Amino acid sequence: MHNPGLAMCLALLVATLRAATPLILAGIGELVTEKSGVLNLGVEGMMLVGAVTGFAATVTTGNPFLGILAAMAAGALMAGAFAFLTLTLLANQVATGLALTIFGVGFSALAGAPFQSHPIPGLATLLFPDLATASPLLQQLLLIDPLVILAVASPVLVHLFLARTRPGLILRATGESHEVAHAFGYKVIRIRLLATLFGGAMAGLGGAYLSLAYTPMWTENMVAGRGWIALALVVFSTWKPFWLVLGALLFGFVTIAGFQAESWGIELAPNLVATLPYLATILVLVLISRDKVRLTLNAPAALGKPFHPAG
Amino acid sequence: MRLSRRTLLATPALGLLPRAASAAGPLKVAFVYVSPIGDAGWTFQHELGRRAVDAALGDAVKTSFVENVEEGADAERVIRKLATDGNDLIFTTSFGYMNPTLKVAQQFPKLKFEHATGYKRAANLATYSARFYEGRFATGVLAGRMTKSAIMGYVAAFPIPEVLQGINAFTLGARSVNPKVQVKVVWTSSWFDPGKERAAADTLIAGGADILTHHTDSTAVAQAGEEKGVFTIAYNSDQSKYGPKTCLTAVTHNWNDYYIGRVKAVMAGTWTSGDVWGGFKQGMTKLAPYNAAVPEAVRKEVDGQIAVLAAGTAKPFQGPVNDQAGKVKIPAGHALSDKDIADMKWFVEGVQGKI
Repeated sequence: MHNPGLAMCLALLVATLRAATPLILAGIGELVTEKSGVLNLGVEGMMLVGAVTGFAATVTTGNPFLGILAAMAAGALMAGAFAFLTLTLLANQVATGLALTIFGVGFSALAGAPFQSHPIPGLATLLFPDLATASPLLQQLLLIDPLVILAVASPVLVHLFLARTRPGLILRATGESHEVAHAFGYKVIRIRLLATLFGGAMAGLGGAYLSLAYTPMWTENMVAGRGWIALALVVFSTWKPFWLVLGALLFGFVTIAGFQAESWGIELAPNLVATLPYLATILVLVLISRDKVRLTLNAPAALGKPFHPAG
Repeated sequence: MRLSRRTLLATPALGLLPRAASAAGPLKVAFVYVSPIGDAGWTFQHELGRRAVDAALGDAVKTSFVENVEEGADAERVIRKLATDGNDLIFTTSFGYMNPTLKVAQQFPKLKFEHATGYKRAANLATYSARFYEGRFATGVLAGRMTKSAIMGYVAAFPIPEVLQGINAFTLGARSVNPKVQVKVVWTSSWFDPGKERAAADTLIAGGADILTHHTDSTAVAQAGEEKGVFTIAYNSDQSKYGPKTCLTAVTHNWNDYYIGRVKAVMAGTWTSGDVWGGFKQGMTKLAPYNAAVPEAVRKEVDGQIAVLAAGTAKPFQGPVNDQAGKVKIPAGHALSDKDIADMKWFVEGVQGKI
């Protein structure tokens, strides 16, 4: 149990998983939303509101699981507002999504102000109070908290749902052509509303992971652009859950490996280290998805298009 | 923008402060902040300075601030607005405000401007900054005494002189009491990203570092140390509540005395432009109270070091100092000039990292 090499590899692996978790959670949610034909650019805002709500609920109730539920509800509420504006009132999805992010940044800062100086024990510490005194190997293993496991499991579940179930098929059909789905008698608006709410809840969950487990605290703007990276991953993965996870893990791995290399004394220019995660992820995902036919097949054809039953 | 509510603190000493400016009423002083105030960090320390001005001068001043002002075109608009609002003295507290401040200062020659950490000055535009590296040197001594593994981790944002001064001074301080010390530097390429700072700290801990410090703006490093049971030395503000057991101290910025002094100078009509680069002596950099984990003997030693630095009898960048390659960079008997310190772009021996 005291093999330093093994502990180091495990540390790298666990750190990669942890760095990828918020991206996977938010990305998978957005993937489902987009598969139904709705483009919600408000991921960053929903993550921030999820992060602050999860943190506030945890501090107030003392129960992190209530915090997680509250974060998901808050994310879904934001997504619900987006759905009302774009699906019911037919507002432009791009503009509304951007507005949602701007709102989320401001609102989370306002709501989070009283919670700025409340350090809390992280989810891992809460579940395993002896974390700090455990052996280095065990310490690493214990950092894989329930949210990390959920993040690893979610693409499997979402893939099975989309590819193997009837509701999944209907959801994809709605994203391909709302007219056809409507003609078949499916409730396009309701399906899209549910998919958007799911996306919001998952973004809220990703935010809660940041404020409750990854860096257990609330500070303004703590999501620091991860919502945008999740959005980009959805597109670069050509709407495939497993490729999205691959992209998120790669992004996390290259980030962590850069730190690791610096800590080992491998001499790398800091600017290169900062750029590499983006370069590597884009390069790999573009390479694996360069097949044009499959790309057009996977992209939801009705993405971002407004639907009105009478129109 | 929030205005002072400390009107009850009017001091009887008011009469001793004649106003040179003709306008009646309190002196109006404005502050421009680059980020939200929050409860720790760079902007928070400036805000403490503003509150100190309010507390010290009461009714004689009317202070205000604008927070979260983007560097660049936005800043110019905000600074000009503050100038036209009738402020007599305007402090702009981030490096990126340099050109906007200069521009507005030239348009309002009767007003006084002060820009933090910049180098462009005018007859009505002064600059000020702190020798944070003196605090870094003192905490290096502390870290050198507290380490067991002789490996230390430094989570840093960008390889600019201000950050490099800190890393070098910390390393020199640590090696002055423990020549085996190695300081590993990990760059986050971001002033504020708690997630990245946390990941960098975790990596350094896994790599054997038993003391961590940082030159980034969040409290993530102090929290990482607390969770893993590793000592940390915080930056900007006292972060003991984030690391009650492990945060040994913090290198803090302290602008209170400077701000009060400059406001008084405007009132007395003695304000002149210039550049102030203050350290322990001027109280611009200070250490936060020590953690209970710091033994008495170490406290005494570090306090002694601070006294020496404040007196100026010893300087952090005093030869002999070798660079990373082991070549003599500062010969024995010499100390770096202020210009060489301000332009620093190299690492001392014992730092593991690349610029």
